[in-house]
Amino acid sequence: MFQTLRQRLENWVMRGQRPAREPVLLTRRRIYILPTAQGYAFATLLFVLFLWAINYSNSMGFAFTFLLTAVALNSMWQAHDNLLRLTVHPGQAEPVFAGQEAHFSFRLENPDPAPRYGVALQGRDQPPHYVDVPAHGAATVTVTVPAPRRGWLRLGRIRVLTRYPLGLLQAWSWVEFEPGCLVYPRPRGRRPLPAALPSAAGAGVGEQGLGSEDYAGFRPYAPGDSPRRIAWKAATRGGPLLVKCFTDQARPELWLDWRLLGIDHVEPRLEQLCQWVLKADREDRQYGLLLPGARIAPAHGDAHRRRCLEALALFTHSEGMPRPHDAAVAPPKPAQTSTAAR
Amino acid sequence: MMPPWRRPSRPKPPPPPAERLTSAALAWLLAALTLAVAPHAPELPVWLTALFAALVGWRGWIALRNQALPPHGLLLLVAVLAGAGVLIDYRTLFGRDAGVALLTAMTACKLLESRALRDGVVLVFLGYLLVMSNLLYSQEMLRVAYLLAVLVAMLTAQVLIYRQHAGLTALAPVRLAGKMALLAVPVMLILFVLFPRIPGPLWGLPKDAYQGRTGLSDQMAPGTISELSQSDAVAFRVRFASDLPPPRQRYWRGLVLWHFDGRRWTRPEELPSRTPIPFAAQGAPVDYAVILEPSNKNWLFALDLPARLPPGSFMTPSFQLLRDQPVNEVYRYEMRSHPLYRTGELLETERARGLQLPLRGNPRARALAAEWRTHDLRPEARVSAALALFRDQPFYYTLTPPLLGGEIVDDFLFRTRQGFCEHYANAFVFLMRAAGVPARVVTGYQGGELNALGGYLIVRQSDAHAWAEVWLEERGWVRVDPTAAVAPNRVQEGLYAAVAEGGLLPFLARRGGNSEWLRQLVLSWDVLNIAWNEWVLAYGPDRQKEFLSGLGFGPVDWSEMMVATVAALSGLGVLYAGWRWRARRIRDPVARAWQQFCARLARRGLVRGPSEGPLDFAARVTAQRPEWAATVWPIARLYAALRYGPAASPAQVRQLQRLTRRFQIPCKD
Repeated sequence: MFQTLRQRLENWVMRGQRPAREPVLLTRRRIYILPTAQGYAFATLLFVLFLWAINYSNSMGFAFTFLLTAVALNSMWQAHDNLLRLTVHPGQAEPVFAGQEAHFSFRLENPDPAPRYGVALQGRDQPPHYVDVPAHGAATVTVTVPAPRRGWLRLGRIRVLTRYPLGLLQAWSWVEFEPGCLVYPRPRGRRPLPAALPSAAGAGVGEQGLGSEDYAGFRPYAPGDSPRRIAWKAATRGGPLLVKCFTDQARPELWLDWRLLGIDHVEPRLEQLCQWVLKADREDRQYGLLLPGARIAPAHGDAHRRRCLEALALFTHSEGMPRPHDAAVAPPKPAQTSTAAR
Repeated sequence: MMPPWRRPSRPKPPPPPAERLTSAALAWLLAALTLAVAPHAPELPVWLTALFAALVGWRGWIALRNQALPPHGLLLLVAVLAGAGVLIDYRTLFGRDAGVALLTAMTACKLLESRALRDGVVLVFLGYLLVMSNLLYSQEMLRVAYLLAVLVAMLTAQVLIYRQHAGLTALAPVRLAGKMALLAVPVMLILFVLFPRIPGPLWGLPKDAYQGRTGLSDQMAPGTISELSQSDAVAFRVRFASDLPPPRQRYWRGLVLWHFDGRRWTRPEELPSRTPIPFAAQGAPVDYAVILEPSNKNWLFALDLPARLPPGSFMTPSFQLLRDQPVNEVYRYEMRSHPLYRTGELLETERARGLQLPLRGNPRARALAAEWRTHDLRPEARVSAALALFRDQPFYYTLTPPLLGGEIVDDFLFRTRQGFCEHYANAFVFLMRAAGVPARVVTGYQGGELNALGGYLIVRQSDAHAWAEVWLEERGWVRVDPTAAVAPNRVQEGLYAAVAEGGLLPFLARRGGNSEWLRQLVLSWDVLNIAWNEWVLAYGPDRQKEFLSGLGFGPVDWSEMMVATVAALSGLGVLYAGWRWRARRIRDPVARAWQQFCARLARRGLVRGPSEGPLDFAARVTAQRPEWAATVWPIARLYAALRYGPAASPAQVRQLQRLTRRFQIPCKD
């Protein structure tokens, strides 16, 4: 009941607001403020003090009660100002595999000469993550959410909140950003890598593994080169990092093919493919990926691996198979189902 | 008032690190709570003070050594024992003193089970209650200043309890708390002055609510007034609107005692009147305001004879002023008195009361009075005879009279002959009644010391006095002070001059001597006290109505006060918002001057592009309007230098402001 009410309030407040791609500036209109549980307790305390002052006709008792009241009112301004004019930059998240946790890093920017203390970001049903934002500076808050399924994981609405300075009131604002976290399928499956086929060039048949490659000399290291190929022995002697080069016209092509898998359901197939991609990459093989409606030519390296994983993550089957998840929010949402049921 | 003591049903799991009280928060909390309890120490039983100190120390030790908190069973035992101790010491758990003791004990116990943020909040709230409880004992300026410091410490603890303020350095939380308290003062003042005051109490107060206040009681027996002479506490202060009356007229009438039982004088029930009792005034009235200290009694004091009634009070036919509610706060009332007067006829009931004596006792005094009667002296002559007795026989005025036996009048008149004012008043009224002259005892204060610096009169408990009134045919009730017959300078110069044992008097009741400079210093301090009492402590429901009505809006009721409160608070809010807006505007005067300049150009169609630098913009403007080059270039160069160059000097900023202000675009192109 309470959940539903909160949900409806949230929806009402956020009506007409699209998830943003740009940084969000927290303006007066976006900031809300309400007492916390401690705030209500404090109000009760003030009432008790007030009755006490009346009963004893205690002039300074009145003054004390009024002073505390004024302090509480003042803390309302301060809580509000603690959020005002902060800029929240969209959360950046590195892709993860399903079953892992996605880490969204948000940058909070403070344009003012006064620092902001105790500002927190809170994802739904998550504990708040607090940070101090220095004067004329920025701070980064990481919000961690589980990523149970492949596809785009959106964080949904997050709350930027503060209880500074006395914890009596909570000022908050809701922000929602478009970019999400890409979730790759969970790497799972026990099948060995399929056999490599001769490449289109046709040279060098049936040889597998690293040992068959012909050593051809060194070249300077470039980003993206596999660490396995770095000449570590040479590196320990000092000098620039060098990478061993092989002539590999003779290399066979490894195709990770959707059709090779006789598994009934889409997700286990994708999981096995994901497992293969990682394995082939670990073994530093040339590999290509074949999916219904997608073909990635054989290659190797980090960029290639990322491309393959991305294709797996965003794969949608056209033949009436259940679509992979790419809805707004990943965690189970009892609140929303109950709204729908009503 | 009871702290929320929860019986722990199961051991609390340690909170997650984010919810734990930090050591800085705990240190401030311990310090603030100790400061809040410290002023109570003289009133608390010694064991409780020791327990509190021990538990605070223990909690500090635990925090320092990172040890585990004691088990709940032990804490429960300590709490129960402390509660039992309070019950044994005070014989109750309720009331002011026992309540404070209980609050202290429970705060100490709560400390030892506090590890989480939530516990810290409970402790801070208990701390606020402790601060408030201090105000029930004293509202003096110094105490209030001290409690304000405690409040800031408490606020600091509250700021620190929220762990997320890890970025606050050592002194920043104190500065923040101090700033918050300071910023709260204007709102507090508005609420204090305008928020409608409800006259208390709302329900029955504990019996000990106002214990420990000295003052005049409603009976008189040997020793009751001389006891008061040992206190230099202030009874009341008086500001005169008209001239200060001479000392012989400074009789502050309190209670009129009619009934004598052979030992003590008491006050009968009298018909209350809501209007002043009429009498024939002779001569000019005296106008003044009395600022009465709380006495927990409902009698008010006024010069003979009062001709006015403060609100919420009544008068009896014997000119006593009584308030409906006991005076439990500093109370200020305006009075008018006529020092020269003639009262009306004597009623039969009054005559009977004025001649009442016990059936037996004090035969020698009765015989003496009968002698005056048989000599057929007129009542005036009988009064003079009694005064002559005191004057001519070896009677002494003393602070330390010998104890009297069962027949107190005879014993005093014929054996000891040493007494304080109550002895003389007692004996005199007895003699008058025995001699057939209606007479009564009046108690109150006589004299008072003029505080030259503040121009007001301080009347202390040591000025307490008792005198007599006799009824004479042509003059009505006439004041007779038998003490003056023995010690005339008691009335003229005060008690210190009149008694031989002045050294027994408390410091502030003395006059002159080696330490007079120190006494004068205290009197100077008292000038602040009277202002504090008159304007702050005496600001209750009556004074509030009086003050607000006096502002020129006529009588105000509580709903109007409510409206005024809201209006004043909103006004303050608007002021504050405006001030902040201005502060933000002038925070960057350079940008503002540049924006004004650009806005003026924009009106002529020269709009600066969003990414156009000042020099590029100036080049474009001067290309279109070469005639403005002389004014536009200096502004653009100065702005560029201030914005992108090294730190700007205030002179340069002013220069830019001057240039942009002067930059007027000719109306006609």
